[in-house]
Amino acid sequence: MSSNKLKVEDLSAWFYEKQVLNRVSLEFPDKKVIAIIGPSGCGKTTFIRCLNRMHELTPGARVRGRVVLDGKDIYTEMDAMEVRRKIGMVFQKPNPFPNMSIYDNVVAGLKLMGIRDKALLDKVVESKLREVGLWDEVSDDLRRSGAQLSGGQQQRLCIARALATEPEVLLMDEPTSSLDPSSTAKIESLVRVLKNHATVIIITHNVQQAARVSDYTAFLYLGDLIEFGETKKIFESPKNPLTEKYVTGRFG
Amino acid sequence: MKYKSNFFFEKIFKTILKITSLIVIGIFILLFYSLVERSIPSLFQNGLEILFGTSWDPNFEIFGGAPAILGTLFSSAIALIFALPISLCIAIFYTEYGPVRLRPFISGIMDLLAAIPSVIYGIWGLWTLSPILKINFQEPIIASIGFIPIFSGPAYGLSIFLASLILTIMITPIISSISIDIFSKTPMHLREGMFALGATKWEVIKNVVFPFAKRGVFAATILGLGRALGETMAVTMVIGNSYLWPFKSVSLFASASTITSKIASEFPESVVNLIHNSSLISLALILLIISISINFVAEIISKKSVGG
Repeated sequence: MSSNKLKVEDLSAWFYEKQVLNRVSLEFPDKKVIAIIGPSGCGKTTFIRCLNRMHELTPGARVRGRVVLDGKDIYTEMDAMEVRRKIGMVFQKPNPFPNMSIYDNVVAGLKLMGIRDKALLDKVVESKLREVGLWDEVSDDLRRSGAQLSGGQQQRLCIARALATEPEVLLMDEPTSSLDPSSTAKIESLVRVLKNHATVIIITHNVQQAARVSDYTAFLYLGDLIEFGETKKIFESPKNPLTEKYVTGRFG
Repeated sequence: MKYKSNFFFEKIFKTILKITSLIVIGIFILLFYSLVERSIPSLFQNGLEILFGTSWDPNFEIFGGAPAILGTLFSSAIALIFALPISLCIAIFYTEYGPVRLRPFISGIMDLLAAIPSVIYGIWGLWTLSPILKINFQEPIIASIGFIPIFSGPAYGLSIFLASLILTIMITPIISSISIDIFSKTPMHLREGMFALGATKWEVIKNVVFPFAKRGVFAATILGLGRALGETMAVTMVIGNSYLWPFKSVSLFASASTITSKIASEFPESVVNLIHNSSLISLALILLIISISINFVAEIISKKSVGG
């Protein structure tokens, strides 16, 4: 499978002595949406935080195994900053930087890369805000603080911020869990478009959302990868009885 | 019945709160009033001399306050200039870089330093720090770049420089422990948002932690400045209590006075001379006005920065 963007081999993770991921192996195909589902506490968030080396920021965190991006091990052959620039992340709770304007939020990642060219930054701001459908709502005043927007707008701003550096993989940790249904719908339709430029890995506690947006689905349970495959197959003919129970809403 | 009695206690409670607040305001007004009242003889006789006059001689009834006022402002400003960056470094190390195991140790030391009575800083400055600095710091500097007026000799040991240094050591624990509190309150989701964009630790500190902590650190700085302006015992013991600096000698190594050291060292003998006594009280009034003005300006600045 040469089209695989990101390969996870035997990945285990711990907080202090507590193991939260147990030898997970899977391969993420390029330019697809992959949903990670599973009951609370199954290690979904830890799993994706291992994919951009955010896990190691938590005290007591430990990882074993390999995560390979385009043939390079992100733990041994890349530094964490480089990994995070290539693998963007959107968090559960919208987190625009409150001390920065909408404009500065979008270009924050580019500024970290040392890009100062005003014309280029302007262009990126407009194109990314258009992409997330925020341009028409905010273009009248880009100097406003990002914190003044509504929750749904803030989350789209965070997506624009993550997209500005053109990441090859975008990790989304339950991006709609704190949003109302109409904001959720906007973000879901955005996710379906995003796969044109990036591999999108999205955690969701909502199996219907996984079915709506993803091409592939991985089901995690108590730190183990129970099943991974095309979303259609996972939902229509799961191989594992646990998966079937979960996607049909009988536990979790 | 129950409702009524609750209401009754509520009323009593409110009244107690009101009275205590009024007492505080009352004490302040009384204090200000008595300072003004007892300054009047000096203000009549000395006029603006108490602000701008450069010499002080009770025998000839000359009471110029400028060297003491400048001594207070200068030593506090120098202390702040040193203490702020040191405190920020301590706070950054503590919250961002230092091992977690070291934290109780660092904060314990900070609390201890903040709790040491100022007379002990004074003794230490006078007996230990002063001779060490005189031999190893002041004298070599005077010998090498003493031609620059602010580094000129002789090395007295007790000096405006030493007073500033002692004040730095005294206010650093205050500013750093408040900064530590504020830095560690930076929301994790904002830090992670910056890390996720590929920021280094320093970039996270610069772009997220500093902007978040800005106002709190400013308030801590003002608190430290207040402490430095009002510090009496330690400064009196190490500053040398002379009127040499800054008009007869601009050297940092010259002995000097601050408002508080002037009052502390001369108050007992001044009771026999009404104008002398009143002049010292005018200096106290000036110090109070300086402190109030700084707090007032700080308030305005921190209110202004709310929006931005």
